[in-house]
Amino acid sequence: MSKTLYTLIVYSENIAGVLNQITAVFTRRQVNIESLNVSASSTQGVHKYTITAMSDEDTISKITKQIEKKIEVLQANYYTDRDVFILETALYKISTQNILENRNISKVVRMHNAMMVEVNPTYSIVEKTGMTDEIISLYEGLKEYDCVIQFVRSGRIAITKGNVERLDAYLADREAHYIASKKSE
Amino acid sequence: MRSLEAEGVDTIFGYPGGSIMPVYDALFDHTDRIKHILVRHEQGAAHAAQGFARVCGKVGVCLVTSGPGATNTITGIADAMMDSTPIIVIAGQVGKAVLGTDAFQEVDLVGITQPISKWSYQIRSAEDVAWAVARAFYIASTGRPGPVVLDFTKNAQVEQIEDYAPKVVDYVRSYLPEPDTDPLSLVKATELINNAKKPFVLVGQGVELGAATEELKAFVEKGDMPCGCTLLGLSALPSNHPLNKGMLGMHGNLGTNVKTNECDVLIAVGMRFDDRVTGDLKTYAKQAKVIHLDIDPTEIDKNVKVDVAVLGNCKKTLKKLTIMMKANQHKEWIDSFAPYEEKEYNEVIKKELNPGEGPILMGEVVNAVSEATSHQAILVTDVGQNQMISARYFKFTQNRSIVTSGGMGTMGFGLPAAIGATFGTNRTVCLFLGDGGLQMCIQELGTIMEQQAPVKIIVLNNNYLGNVRQWQAMFFRHRYSFTPMMNPDYVKIAQAYDIPAKRVIDRKDLQAGISEMLNAEGPYLLEVAVIEEGNVLPMTPPGAPINEMLLEC
Repeated sequence: MSKTLYTLIVYSENIAGVLNQITAVFTRRQVNIESLNVSASSTQGVHKYTITAMSDEDTISKITKQIEKKIEVLQANYYTDRDVFILETALYKISTQNILENRNISKVVRMHNAMMVEVNPTYSIVEKTGMTDEIISLYEGLKEYDCVIQFVRSGRIAITKGNVERLDAYLADREAHYIASKKSE
Repeated sequence: MRSLEAEGVDTIFGYPGGSIMPVYDALFDHTDRIKHILVRHEQGAAHAAQGFARVCGKVGVCLVTSGPGATNTITGIADAMMDSTPIIVIAGQVGKAVLGTDAFQEVDLVGITQPISKWSYQIRSAEDVAWAVARAFYIASTGRPGPVVLDFTKNAQVEQIEDYAPKVVDYVRSYLPEPDTDPLSLVKATELINNAKKPFVLVGQGVELGAATEELKAFVEKGDMPCGCTLLGLSALPSNHPLNKGMLGMHGNLGTNVKTNECDVLIAVGMRFDDRVTGDLKTYAKQAKVIHLDIDPTEIDKNVKVDVAVLGNCKKTLKKLTIMMKANQHKEWIDSFAPYEEKEYNEVIKKELNPGEGPILMGEVVNAVSEATSHQAILVTDVGQNQMISARYFKFTQNRSIVTSGGMGTMGFGLPAAIGATFGTNRTVCLFLGDGGLQMCIQELGTIMEQQAPVKIIVLNNNYLGNVRQWQAMFFRHRYSFTPMMNPDYVKIAQAYDIPAKRVIDRKDLQAGISEMLNAEGPYLLEVAVIEEGNVLPMTPPGAPINEMLLEC
């Protein structure tokens, strides 16, 4: 089966050890995580994981279901790039001396619409937010001048193209069901 | 302790040790309400809790210390996970202040058990106890049941809190025990069932776990649909029910396996298409439309792609389907099982049950014990030939009557599980095991002695690790690599534990031995010297199409 880059969005309770359980599901099925971003979500006490992995749909759907089965996981869904709006950020540390000596370096930065966020006598830092391709392209461009001292990329963050935050609707629905079942008892 | 009592716990299997001493000290004042069974090894505690849970449906509880005490329960936890058995392992842990310092008998139990438990949680303060215990019982027992681990730090055991009150947990927002049933899936399933000419129902343990045995019976009777049972689902439908066509899988019945690949609609209820049931997936029931009723969404499409998935508790979904579908007749289809039943009887069963002369065969022992108990007993097995033979020839009339390690295939499971079972039921508990498996948890004879647990132990002794030997004979050119077993004198061992025992070598002594065993008040060990190189047949070789069963080897 052909492999695609999938983006998983997982919501969990903010409890220690959940990340461990999520990554273990990938490990068991021998799927590598390409990138991972974990942060607080818009819902109080809920963490949001954005995970990318190369896989086929059959495997990724099983992984998603097995993640969702974990007690502390509220919801897990998988998407292709068509279904989500994606961004990544990268930082490039460059020797200031190099920039002064070679004017092409700042030209590359401008061509990629990147920003200089720090300049001091020894080094400068360039920041680029965008799609994976753009970030890699800037890196390749700078590498030509052999000036990159450090380079770091963030994990992908993604927002679904649907209108509602599905988690809030889900939680409200569960709460309502529970209260209704209490009343009917 | 009060949290446990609030959850209705009256039986605990355990073993004390340094990091759990405060709990044991408290237990000392609660022995009038909670019966504690001292096992001889923590693995025994976990399996005993499983045996208890499997026969009575309540959560089995075991109590152990940190470090080695905790790791000794791992096999039982993994086994309970595979077989959906609700148990709670409460393990001591070093104090909060020294966590992560490699303190004496410290082990990262939560880290170890996360992949093999339904929920694993570390209690680090006394305030957490009531909540965690209530949540543990809720999670272990609801939805698809499973093991829960509570890692209980020593400081949390000794801290005192004011205003203690047991908590009730019946809702966890991140946990949905029973998924909603899509009404459309019921409509689609009904349509398939109504139009089926050759429907076949696969009965799994989910039917028992969901207490849906009556619903199942009504369902298959209304549709006049033949059934096959998985190993763990064997007692979900009485063995002699006319629609029960026997066991599925590698050592199951010929008819059920052949017909799996001939039916037009396959209805799986509370089972998970284990590879021992399906054989080669590429050829498994390809001709059939598949309907899968299950409470666990991760089982849908996991091994077998299904046409209609009916999620939910099968007690409810079976009931709904039974109402929606029309009554039907499938006489011709049901009769088509008969030639295969006959063939299996003539070529395998008859020889196994009535060998006439020669060494005693395993099947005839099982059959004789089952008949002597009027098929009313609970069957506990170990793993291997003893398990497959007893699953094939023991008959069931009541539900929750088979306790065996299915998914994990844990040797050593039988003896402690049988002990646990005797605390969960008043029915006769018959344990079949081999000379290999008995020695894997043989220390629990001590527990039987102390508790006078009325386990009827039947040792099918063939001086081999029989199942592996059979595979070696069939697939490894008879190279018996480390399967011959040098055995001690089991009767003498039983005597040392003050357990009445007898060895039967001659067929003519078998009935008398069984009667003596069943008439004994308490425990009894009956060692039967069976044929050394006996085989369990029929058999589908691993990875082969399930309908291609070997009747001889």
